[in-house]
Amino acid sequence: MEDDDQGILWEVFIQPKPGRPHKHIGSLHAYDKEMAMHAARDLYTRRNEGIGIWLVKADDIVSSQPSDGEAFFDPSNDKVYRHPTFYKLPDGVKHI
Amino acid sequence: MKDIIIDYSLRLADSSLILSQRIGEYCSKAPHLEEDLAITNVGLDLLGNAENLLNYAAELSGNIDADELTFKRKEKDFRCVHLVQTPNTDFAFILTRQFLMDVYNNLLFEKLCDSKDETIAGISKKSIKEVRYHLKRSKDWIVRLGQGTDESHQRLQTAIDELWMYTEELFTDNHTDIVIAKEGIGPLNKDLKDHWLDIVKQTLEEADIKLPEDIHYTLNYGKNGYHTEYLGYLLAEMQHLPLLYPEAKW
Repeated sequence: MEDDDQGILWEVFIQPKPGRPHKHIGSLHAYDKEMAMHAARDLYTRRNEGIGIWLVKADDIVSSQPSDGEAFFDPSNDKVYRHPTFYKLPDGVKHI
Repeated sequence: MKDIIIDYSLRLADSSLILSQRIGEYCSKAPHLEEDLAITNVGLDLLGNAENLLNYAAELSGNIDADELTFKRKEKDFRCVHLVQTPNTDFAFILTRQFLMDVYNNLLFEKLCDSKDETIAGISKKSIKEVRYHLKRSKDWIVRLGQGTDESHQRLQTAIDELWMYTEELFTDNHTDIVIAKEGIGPLNKDLKDHWLDIVKQTLEEADIKLPEDIHYTLNYGKNGYHTEYLGYLLAEMQHLPLLYPEAKW
């Protein structure tokens, strides 16, 4: 084991209340699931932040690359018709 | 009777207080950041437990407060067990000391939740949740170090061998314990031993660590006010600032 080996990088998601989605709150290093769970509890839930913890190995997350930004996201900028606010409601439509 | 409850509360408080101070010394020195925060959290839990019990002892004594009990008491008036006074020799010693105390605290505070003394019962109900988590953590580490590398295994075996003799005191009963048990305030320590040994044995087996022989090493226990050579230095550091600047506030 290298001296600077801190274990696997994990991403931590906390559920603030029952029924609410788990939200990304930070990350931590640990060698396995049990250790990661203990560390998450001690690092991220000691001030009433939540009632549930999800842990995901950072390696298992597939993420988009910042360099893909233009190709991925810019085309939606000029397509206002993809937003519902683009459309005028005909008179007489109720319950919207 | 009041004096007995004061003595008993101080003893519970002091073992948590001194262990917390020892853990505090370790702050920023753990092998990695996550562990550093985790072990310091354990220390803070213990400090909270100590504060509650010191407040109770102070209230019963009158004319004194928890700060005075912490910072102005002399070594001989402390009632902590010897095990918590032992130094932070290495990570294995720190975790072993913690594990041996965590198992004991779980059994003790579990019983104290049913104490006839309502304040002690109330404090214990809060603390039992914390010490359950402490045990989960330290047990996990014991197995991890025991099954880890040759070096971690060897260091853990050394820590267990060296600290084992201090566990004898946990299961002795002096006059205070006998009166406390008779009044239904707390358990006799000797009645906790079998259960404690079961849990310790099982964990050490899993960690592939040999159980040491029992050693009878002293008649003068911490709970009677006789301490190891380590406590004086710890108190000198802990009490240094308040003694130097008695009126300081923060």
